[in-house]
Amino acid sequence: MDKTKGKVHSIISNLVLVQAEGPVMQNEICFIMLGQERLMAEVIKIVKNIAYVQVFESTRGLKPGMPVEFEGHMLEATLGPGLLSKNFDGLQNDLDKMSGIFLKRGEYTYPLEKDKKWAFVPLVEKGMRVKAADWLGNVKENWLDHKIMVPFKWQGEYTVESVVPAGEYCLLDTVAVLRDESGGLHEVTMVQKWPVKSAIRNYLDKPRPSRQMETGIRVIDTMNPMLEGGTGFIPGPFGTGKTVLQHALARFADADVIIMAACGERANEVVEIFTEFPRLQDPRTGRSLYERTTIIANTSNMPVAAREASVYTAMTIGEYYRAMGLKVLLLADSTSRWAQALREMSNRMEELPGQDAFPMDLSAIISNFYARAGMVYLNNGQTGSVTFIGTVSPAGGNLKEPVTESTKKVARCFYALSQNRADSKRYPAIDTLESYSKYLEYPEFVSYAREHIAAGWVDEVNEARNVLVRGREVAEQIDILGDDGVPLDYHLAFWKSELIDFVILQQDAFDAVDGSTSMKRQQYMLEKVLEVVRADFEFESFEEVNPYFRRVINAFRQMNYSEFQSEEFKRYELEVEQVINERKK
Amino acid sequence: MIMNAAFQKVYTKITQVTKATCSLQAQGVGNDELAMVDGRLAQVVKIWGDEVTLQVFSGTEGIPTNAEVTFLGKSPVLKVGMGLCGRFFNAFGDPIDGGPAIEGEEREIGGPSVNPVRRQQPSELIATGIAGIDLNNTLVSGQKIPFFADPDQPYNQVMAHVALRAQTDRIILGGMGLTNDDYLYFKNLFDDAGVSDRIVSFVNTTEAPPVERLLVPDMALTAAEYFAVDRNEKVLVLLTDMTLYADALSIVSNRMDQIPSKDSMPGSLYSDLAKIYEKAVQFPSGGSITIIAVTTLSGGDITHAIPDNTGYITEGQLFLRKDTEIGKVIVDPFRSLSRLKQLVIGKRTRKDHAQVMNAAVRLYADAANARTKLENGFELTDYDRRTLEFAKDYSNDLLAIDVNMDIGRMLDTAWKLFGKYFNRSELGIKEEIVNEYGQDIK
Repeated sequence: MDKTKGKVHSIISNLVLVQAEGPVMQNEICFIMLGQERLMAEVIKIVKNIAYVQVFESTRGLKPGMPVEFEGHMLEATLGPGLLSKNFDGLQNDLDKMSGIFLKRGEYTYPLEKDKKWAFVPLVEKGMRVKAADWLGNVKENWLDHKIMVPFKWQGEYTVESVVPAGEYCLLDTVAVLRDESGGLHEVTMVQKWPVKSAIRNYLDKPRPSRQMETGIRVIDTMNPMLEGGTGFIPGPFGTGKTVLQHALARFADADVIIMAACGERANEVVEIFTEFPRLQDPRTGRSLYERTTIIANTSNMPVAAREASVYTAMTIGEYYRAMGLKVLLLADSTSRWAQALREMSNRMEELPGQDAFPMDLSAIISNFYARAGMVYLNNGQTGSVTFIGTVSPAGGNLKEPVTESTKKVARCFYALSQNRADSKRYPAIDTLESYSKYLEYPEFVSYAREHIAAGWVDEVNEARNVLVRGREVAEQIDILGDDGVPLDYHLAFWKSELIDFVILQQDAFDAVDGSTSMKRQQYMLEKVLEVVRADFEFESFEEVNPYFRRVINAFRQMNYSEFQSEEFKRYELEVEQVINERKK
Repeated sequence: MIMNAAFQKVYTKITQVTKATCSLQAQGVGNDELAMVDGRLAQVVKIWGDEVTLQVFSGTEGIPTNAEVTFLGKSPVLKVGMGLCGRFFNAFGDPIDGGPAIEGEEREIGGPSVNPVRRQQPSELIATGIAGIDLNNTLVSGQKIPFFADPDQPYNQVMAHVALRAQTDRIILGGMGLTNDDYLYFKNLFDDAGVSDRIVSFVNTTEAPPVERLLVPDMALTAAEYFAVDRNEKVLVLLTDMTLYADALSIVSNRMDQIPSKDSMPGSLYSDLAKIYEKAVQFPSGGSITIIAVTTLSGGDITHAIPDNTGYITEGQLFLRKDTEIGKVIVDPFRSLSRLKQLVIGKRTRKDHAQVMNAAVRLYADAANARTKLENGFELTDYDRRTLEFAKDYSNDLLAIDVNMDIGRMLDTAWKLFGKYFNRSELGIKEEIVNEYGQDIK
């Protein structure tokens, strides 16, 4: 198969028009030869024999007439054991393999280790019938079972002709030979490729999510739960803690694999992950957090076009691990930068702009992407999931902008960060009343919660929510009418909502104990707090309410800082009860 | 940067002229390449088949259609070397101080980004002597942070003082749209302080055409990379005023018929600004580039596209505000933020730093509430009155930008104020810390 050749015709920043001398395909990858440098680019529009390509590098010095070679495939991710603990750029180049301090134009590195030996254990025998995504064998990647699968691209059914015995093999060694229906033989290695912009659909079924994805963050787990295979987004103005929250999710979420796409954000934040994650322990396995984490770093100063690719690369790696029956959490910070990359290109192509000069199909692009998340039943009946949480950086902190609005249509959980809460140091600064989790209304989740958390759990969560709503209403009244201008009940209602705020919603992400709370403990604490909320109290005047509740809150917070059910914990629990009994009717 | 073009092909047929660009038919021209149009420097911004569009930095007034155009075969460069020290240059890197041309290696400006895995986590404190910065919003080498200030505030003076006091090896000033007065202010200040050999300046004054200033940040940062990478120095880069830089971007994109996004800024504003600010870096070899910039606001509006995009890129921001009660400009403790401060607070500074900082800001916030109460005609408690007194002293003795002391003394000053107005339980500081640093407090 001969590759199509072409020549550079026109250059507008990183949009290049190429005169093609043969067939080209939409989204095909090509390389532009600038002397010794090969610049990777992607076809984004074709008019007659002119291919519009977006170049993933700086086009400085590029001249008309320079040769171009089309590769015959779209942008592909390389999938195989060894993806974890890696630092990739948006095009899946292994950043650690790159030479020098500065990124060199035209330097592309192989994402995996070709020479590393993996202990392979076959899961099939000669004669078995298999199809794409079926498990052929298992290798240990860190502590995870990494499945070697029939390549996703292969169509139809195959018969296992041979499979290697258990032993140590390299990535590109043949581990199995499959026979197709017309008798042709196909070799399977431990690595396969997949075009990042297409969803991997080799599964039986994608049901509605039902199981909770524990994050250890109370305002999420208790008030606005995320489910395995669910979708959510975190919009917030700068300085409200989007990135801190994402890092907390990456540290504490109950997932097998974490994929973080740092898309167009600060490089020093990525450095923080590089530096700290290897040192931090996964609370569930006791292993280094890095062992379950893959980072896709396409920071704001790296080429803009690769920013778009970075989220797709991340999603493809997530889907790959899902096909092994694993729970994957995909985090993207921030999807607004990705949308801005789309805007820059649309602008250069002189397309008619939509709102705020974003491309007209922004909404469709975002919803297609979110649709790739989800829990699935694999061919063998097991489940796997990709849970996706993206941040959005709304311009001027205004949530009525196209990226936020398009995302709101598709994401099922909405975690609104509030400037007010951030200013008053109430962290995490998620405004519970503005936020929602649609999953609370899912009958699937209601019955899951009844079985796994507590009978009547969802009702209790809604009860707490109502107390917060009431608290906000009376706070406004008190502000207008003054402390002595409202009935005493108002003060009580306000402080009951403050109790929930301080004990359940606020959480110290940097504290060893309070940083992450198990679901069991969250259930216990909500129950405790609701007992207080439901109680009636005796007060002579409103001036007594504030200091009294401060004492209650303080005792509860000490509980939060103590190991669950420890001596210390029980001592503070007793203190709570004593304080409550002083004034309980 | 002006060079001999004797052996190059001369074009004399310009087909189109706009206020900032001109176009002609030419072959073999590279993207971003420099050209001379009628003796003025220009850069290729678009190549459409044979038609090449040039951005003429000084504007196109008086350019005839038969003007001589030659291409220079390279993109903008800066000659780097120790000879840069103590010198003043224009946006093209040509001396404007009457001194000789610089000898040295030519470097392309706007070069590649640092591989994120080759960065080091910033960990070195940069002391400025200003308590509003050192105490509440400590700066760290490798950080990028702007002053958000209204045009009437003395941001250039504050920045110049920060530059003089900061313990860095090298200071690079990138001035964009500086008034001639401010340019001379910087020049005289550096001369008088006898530090001019530590400083390199690239200046575009308001007298020069606005489009020229697009080159200034890249020039300054190319020089900074030379000192930080080749010589392992700690470099501080001052960029003022980035709002005028962004305005120049919007002028060019407008002339190129690009569709504007929010606040008539180009859609690529975020990437354009990030490319500059992300040059801030801590290298493993010990060299570093720290960027302190100025973003002027209009009427304190931080939702405008320029401060908004800047805020998403930089690691915090410093707000200047006039405190009418003491009649001085202070660094606003509420709206200012240094995102990297926790990397040095209590690690490179005294262990009471974090607690003192938080307690003081909290008491200052209580004072703000008390003031609102007062203004609304509610009665003040004794505590309210004490916070108001404290706030006045705190503002005057610590937040004001004319304060100059080391961090130890800032902390001692804060303890003194705590003891003057409050008791232990009102401070909410850990017992063991109070016992060590504030024994006298009841």
